[in-house]
Amino acid sequence: MLSGKIFGALAGAAVVALAATGAVAQPKDKVKVGFIYVGPVGDHGWSYQHDVGRQAIEKAFPGKVTTTFVESVPEADSERAIEQLARTGHDLIFTTSFGFMEPTLKVAKKYPNIKFEHATGFKRAPNLSTYAAKFHEGRYIIGQIAGKMTKSNTIGYVGAFPIPEVVAGINAFYLGAQSVNPNVKIKIVFANTWYDPAKEGDAAKALLDQGVDMLAQHTDSPAPIQAAEARGKFGFGQASDMERFAPKAQLTAIVDNWSDYYVARTKAVLDGTWKSEDVWGGLASNMVVMTPYKNMPDDVKKLAQDTEAAIRSGTLNPFKCPVIGQDGKEIECKGKGALSDEQVLGMNFYVKGIEDKIPQ
Amino acid sequence: MRFELTPRTNVSPVMRALAPVAAFIVSFLIAGFVIWLMGRSPIAAFEVYVTQPLSDPWSLQELLVKATPLALIAIGLSYCFRANLWNIGAEGQYVIGAVLGSWLALRTHGTEAGLWVLPLMLLLGIIGGALYGLIPAFLKTRFGVNEILTSLMLVYVAQLILDYLVRGPWRDPKGFNFPQSVTFDPSATLPPILEAGRVHYGAVFAATAIVLTAVILGRTLFGYRLKLTGDAPRAARFAGFSSKATTMSVFAISGGLAGLAGISEVSGQIGQLQPSISPGYGFTAITVAFLGRLNPIGILVAALVVALTFIGGESAQIMLKLPLDLTQAFQGILLLCVLAADALVSYRIRFVARGGGK
Repeated sequence: MLSGKIFGALAGAAVVALAATGAVAQPKDKVKVGFIYVGPVGDHGWSYQHDVGRQAIEKAFPGKVTTTFVESVPEADSERAIEQLARTGHDLIFTTSFGFMEPTLKVAKKYPNIKFEHATGFKRAPNLSTYAAKFHEGRYIIGQIAGKMTKSNTIGYVGAFPIPEVVAGINAFYLGAQSVNPNVKIKIVFANTWYDPAKEGDAAKALLDQGVDMLAQHTDSPAPIQAAEARGKFGFGQASDMERFAPKAQLTAIVDNWSDYYVARTKAVLDGTWKSEDVWGGLASNMVVMTPYKNMPDDVKKLAQDTEAAIRSGTLNPFKCPVIGQDGKEIECKGKGALSDEQVLGMNFYVKGIEDKIPQ
Repeated sequence: MRFELTPRTNVSPVMRALAPVAAFIVSFLIAGFVIWLMGRSPIAAFEVYVTQPLSDPWSLQELLVKATPLALIAIGLSYCFRANLWNIGAEGQYVIGAVLGSWLALRTHGTEAGLWVLPLMLLLGIIGGALYGLIPAFLKTRFGVNEILTSLMLVYVAQLILDYLVRGPWRDPKGFNFPQSVTFDPSATLPPILEAGRVHYGAVFAATAIVLTAVILGRTLFGYRLKLTGDAPRAARFAGFSSKATTMSVFAISGGLAGLAGISEVSGQIGQLQPSISPGYGFTAITVAFLGRLNPIGILVAALVVALTFIGGESAQIMLKLPLDLTQAFQGILLLCVLAADALVSYRIRFVARGGGK
């Protein structure tokens, strides 16, 4: 019995030692970085911006990194693609859609010496980080612009799916609009896709037909803003600068800037300092970037710039308390003077003034 | 100049057997030419697409994982297609099977439910898929509604039902409001055949379905009835075979197998319900059924080949940086070549000079 115990203790110590060597990563001369994209790399939105980040890594460490991507990976069938990257010598793997969460977790457990980073999820492990961006900060700014510039007093929003990130974006957009135009109305259509130019365009046209003259979008193709351009209305670029698709209609674009983050994380692997973290960056950390404010009067431009500066410096939070729910009751304020991160990340209610219901 | 297809009177079995082989060679040559035009080495591409996946135990396993739902659905579809009935809605039957089976998994979640859960889930999956498949069959036999349209449109209905459930009543209360169910308990998880492997028991179901189908089609009256209904519907009627009964039974079989594929995939692979549980298996299986010429062994081979193109396509993206579109184009070329080879074996092309005569 005794020997069994000693053996058990020894085995335990060995496991700890093994785990420790796994955790203390050594600096590396060369790093191979892999990416899994949910859409085509040419979507000019979400996946496109992640690919811009991938190219930034290649530029930042010439000769030291090689990068790979697999595009249009269906979420229900992604485990194999992630494992393919793990098996082909990649040291750092970014999986860039919420739906890759469980498969990434599974593969990360199987390959403890490889670093994984999952965008927009909430499950972490010693070798699995999560990262996301506070796009709602940008959406508050475009909400103010829309609220100021609308003539029909009705603004529109093409959403992808009614998930918390999109709902929080709609609320931030509407709160921004309300802050400069208390009676503004919003119409929302969900396209039920992240990327389908035809469906997104149809949703946009339906909104424009209903008298919307300012169009925000939380889907990835330029189709909605192109629809706005064709009707002589205004819109906002999503994920990347869409000015070349809609030079007259784009007032500004909320750009996902993953480059700085990807370069920093790659450097951490090169230096051997990579640690599992949960990063949620916004305007202040340049993960969210606004393109130049155009096609608008100077006073609106000034307002947008001031708001951007205020959010950047931390004096303004789009979800500052009190936030009033649709039923007129105040939402419990769990953060410091504003809703807590958890409340924003799991947002499942519309704010007062939005007449639609969240589709269930 | 125009050309005519005239049926060949006697086609040798050797020709028939060689046709798909020739089709493969031709499609690889075409794809190789495209790759060469892109400035890459076709030899290296062949290596990555075919040789490597077939020589590595890990990718062989993945091949089986990917081929399992394709083979299960396609073998079911072969019953319909043989009887000249066009079930295009296997994707929907797959989803409803997964939904009905998952209902039990979610109902028993967190309880001490025992070994009975999994078999019952699989049974519910089959029933769900079969019932959903019977809708277009009923509409066809009762009202004469075209089954192609109804079965296809019911796919979208099924996907929306799933969407509603995972966003609403079946959403994981601890999942930050994201549209997905809780992850299934071990008692509701289809285990892998080998411990720590990825091939789950769905592969066994697929193999069983293939063997059973080979026996049914080749050795039973029902198999003969299908063939007759498909090839000579009038003769089938004279023989006293009810076309209504045939329609209902083949849709039930094909729906049931698609439902089994759905619940196997959800409980063996994904481990939870989410808005998307299939990368289009139900539609790809139509290709698989025809690539396999509706023959059980052919379908098995076709499912493996199509799975290979998916896995090889991913490897090609990773190793050779070849775009995904090329993989999709290759799948299309392959199907076209196989169908063309079949046509050329059964028919002779005759060039007819225009003019003269009438």
